[in-house]
Amino acid sequence: MSVTGAGAAATPRYTKKDFESDQDVRWCPGCGDYAILSAVQKSMPDLGIPRENIVFVSGIGCSSRFPYYMNTYGFHTIHGRAPAIATGLRVARPDLKVFVVTGDGDGLSIGGNHTLHVLRRNVDVTILLFNNRIYGLTKGQYSPTSELGKVTKSTPLGSADRPVNPLAFALGCGATFVARTVDRNIPHLEEMLKRAARHRGTAFVEILQNCNVYNDLTWNVMYDKESKLRYELRLEHGKPLLFGPPDARQAVIMDGVTPKVAPAKDVAERALWVHDERNVNAAKILADLFAPDFPVPIGVLAAIDAPIYEDLLLEQEQRAISERGPGEIARLLTSGDTWKIE
Amino acid sequence: MSQAATPVTGVKKTQRALNRAVIRFAGDSGDGMQLTGEQFTTETAWAGNDLATLPNFPAEIRAPAGTLFGVSSFQLQFGSQRVYTPGDRLDCLVAMNPAALKVHLSDLKTGGLLIVNTAAFEKRNLDKAGYAANPLDDPALAERYRLHQVDMSGLTHEALKSLPLNAKEKERCKNFFALGLVSWIYTRPLEPTLDWIGKKFAKTATLADANTRVLKAGHAFGETAEIFGEHYQVEAAEMPPGLYRAMTGNRALAWGLLAAAERSAIPVVFGAYPITPASSVLEELALHKRFRIRTIQAEDEIAAVTSAIGAAFGGAVGVTCSSGPGIALKGEAIGLAVTAELPLVIFDIQRAGPSTGMPTKTEQADLMQALYGRNSESPVVVLAPATPGDCFFIAYESVRIAVKYMVPVMVLSDGFLANGSEPWLIPDPATLPPIDVHFRTEREGFFPYLRDPATLARPWVRPGTPGLEHRIGGIEKQDVTGNISYDPENHDHMVRTRAEKVRRVAQEIPPTSIHGPATGDLLVVGWGGTYGAITAAVERAQGEGRSVASIHLRHLNPLPPDLGHILREYRRVLVPEINSGQLVRVLRAEYLVDAVGFNRVRGLPLASDDIHEAITQLCGDQP
Repeated sequence: MSVTGAGAAATPRYTKKDFESDQDVRWCPGCGDYAILSAVQKSMPDLGIPRENIVFVSGIGCSSRFPYYMNTYGFHTIHGRAPAIATGLRVARPDLKVFVVTGDGDGLSIGGNHTLHVLRRNVDVTILLFNNRIYGLTKGQYSPTSELGKVTKSTPLGSADRPVNPLAFALGCGATFVARTVDRNIPHLEEMLKRAARHRGTAFVEILQNCNVYNDLTWNVMYDKESKLRYELRLEHGKPLLFGPPDARQAVIMDGVTPKVAPAKDVAERALWVHDERNVNAAKILADLFAPDFPVPIGVLAAIDAPIYEDLLLEQEQRAISERGPGEIARLLTSGDTWKIE
Repeated sequence: MSQAATPVTGVKKTQRALNRAVIRFAGDSGDGMQLTGEQFTTETAWAGNDLATLPNFPAEIRAPAGTLFGVSSFQLQFGSQRVYTPGDRLDCLVAMNPAALKVHLSDLKTGGLLIVNTAAFEKRNLDKAGYAANPLDDPALAERYRLHQVDMSGLTHEALKSLPLNAKEKERCKNFFALGLVSWIYTRPLEPTLDWIGKKFAKTATLADANTRVLKAGHAFGETAEIFGEHYQVEAAEMPPGLYRAMTGNRALAWGLLAAAERSAIPVVFGAYPITPASSVLEELALHKRFRIRTIQAEDEIAAVTSAIGAAFGGAVGVTCSSGPGIALKGEAIGLAVTAELPLVIFDIQRAGPSTGMPTKTEQADLMQALYGRNSESPVVVLAPATPGDCFFIAYESVRIAVKYMVPVMVLSDGFLANGSEPWLIPDPATLPPIDVHFRTEREGFFPYLRDPATLARPWVRPGTPGLEHRIGGIEKQDVTGNISYDPENHDHMVRTRAEKVRRVAQEIPPTSIHGPATGDLLVVGWGGTYGAITAAVERAQGEGRSVASIHLRHLNPLPPDLGHILREYRRVLVPEINSGQLVRVLRAEYLVDAVGFNRVRGLPLASDDIHEAITQLCGDQP
């Protein structure tokens, strides 16, 4: 019933090119999506999954054009509904590897409900959420991740609603795999894609992505060389939460139930916060950290095992069939109370 | 009137033969009227009668006791001839409390049998029902109806006095007293109910004993009490021979899908969100996992339909089910299935609207929604079952058409069909037409929108098929290649192609069956759950010598190819519907015929008498 069941031996040796479709890519020149597309295509051969067993499902938005450019099976659906489409697909076809490509508007606004439920059910899909904090395809309105006071075409005096934090949202929904990466950090992006794709259950990856037309450099804290050096916190399982330039290393520590930043040299080794991907409570604290008061964590925040929706559903089916045999309509029709008219 | 007196034994009561009878059990929501009615139905089916039922209950789960809106009722008509409807006017009304009497008395025929539970006619209940004085004290009631005042509560407690049950538990048994009594009046066999009691209370012997005692006490009361001078026999109906079962519309929809799952040999994924009166389809299917039916209780109506669409993309039969409000929410997704050209089955169990409307009441007002209720040009196939049992065949047919034409198929059932039941001649599944599922695996010459010349269906490809990797979606695509296309001529071509594909389903429609003369004064055209009421009215008019025929459409889009010709064979065309005139507009627009509507939108099935009157008016006074 497992997705990635096909053995590597049976899988052809692919290259990136095998995953490029014949369609012209139609994102704006300079869009962060190009880097993500390239990284995904490049990561695919390493997954060892036959190309025909891979499906990319998307909703609506710039990011959702993604399936057209992948030489796999693909379904570009309607706004916000990709997680629900993917759920039905997995229930029908648990042998397929399913990716959902979405954005901050598609996945957290119009489709927020489906994102919630795919995560709580732990359907075995890999969700790539491109977060550029803007509506690109509709030409520049603010999104549910836009910062408070954001001035856009639809909010000339600044937005009045507080943003949602995708990682905190996912963890709150019971996500079993949550990671963050950045479109301009290709090696890290590829590493996260592969880790997420190999997770059993719903894997949720927030990809900080640049919209150079409507929200250029919104993630400059992760792009600007100096800023990146200062704020990037690489999460690594079993390693302490240390960040910052070598000459001024900082540590994230817990002071009671409150996270704090302190110079690493002042923190005793036993007081260091050692990252544990299996600790979801710790991940929930990490999810809320951001510049300038805190570093920006990237990497895998949480990765735990939990029952998978379609596995449980299909186990019920298998059990029913093995205990009582496959259903027979002729027998069902004549079961229970019947009477004969001569 | 002293009811507790020991009944006189040994009195032989007169038995009178009836052709048919219409009975309604009415009481408070907590009085168990639905169960009483269902058991009486089973007994009647055993007796070999044809029958039709009409359960009618409040939307509130536990409506306040004794109130008018808390009244729940169950009506059935049974007879020794074909029975098409649950009946219009009542021959017998059982009123378990004042509210039930107030709500239902006007439907009882003058001279009809009125049985009331006197114990419930006390001040509090009378106040709640809005009676200033006890209506049982009004001599006019007994003059107008054959009134029988029975202290059902008292007699129930009396029958149970030796059992270790508390007063509340005893009181809850009184519906079986009513059932026993009415079973005696209409000479129904008690065996099915005794069997039911044995199974239901297998683990609680005291309750089994209590219900048995009360049922028998009610029966014995009828037989021995002096008040009932006669009782009735309704001979078994002349029905086609074979094995029968009682069938409700929602169960028939579910079982039709199971039959389709078995025959197509591919999994069925059924996505639904609970909604009245559709939920029982989901609940029924969830019982039958052995048929590889995978039910998803989705987070909302949109997820319900989109999960079905995702499953269809994966090569399963995708089905969703809802009522009108839910169908409205699914509209955009149905449009996706239209343009992605994926098979999808949508059940709409119509209810009274708009908005929340009256969830437990029936209506036929979603026809326009089914035909046109989506953005842009997005035609779907629309089918409608005529009777509860017909839901089985329509569900099966919807899957067969959906996978053959790669098209969404909407099935319009309604609250009346969903909950109503009929004796159903069990079909031989081997006689159902095959469901041919063909998944393309051939690489040579493959294009996602290459069409079958007969059906215009595009190939269905299961992901996992090597070499056929392709992308589809909601954006307009070029015919054949499936590549994104904004070309004006291509869009016009695709709009017409999608419409033509639906039109070609007409080749699946058998010749229309005409009930009555092939030409004449009046043709009555119906669809959906009004079949029984229309047929009964038409047969009555025919019996009076009128030149009237009827047809009942099970295919609403496309319409039967012979329909235009048939409509022109009659001087007038009448279209009875539980809406304000939807099919009639379609027929007028499509065929330029001067069809007229007969429309009542009361949340209830159409009354056969009313349709008969409309027929009479259109035909003129002279038969």
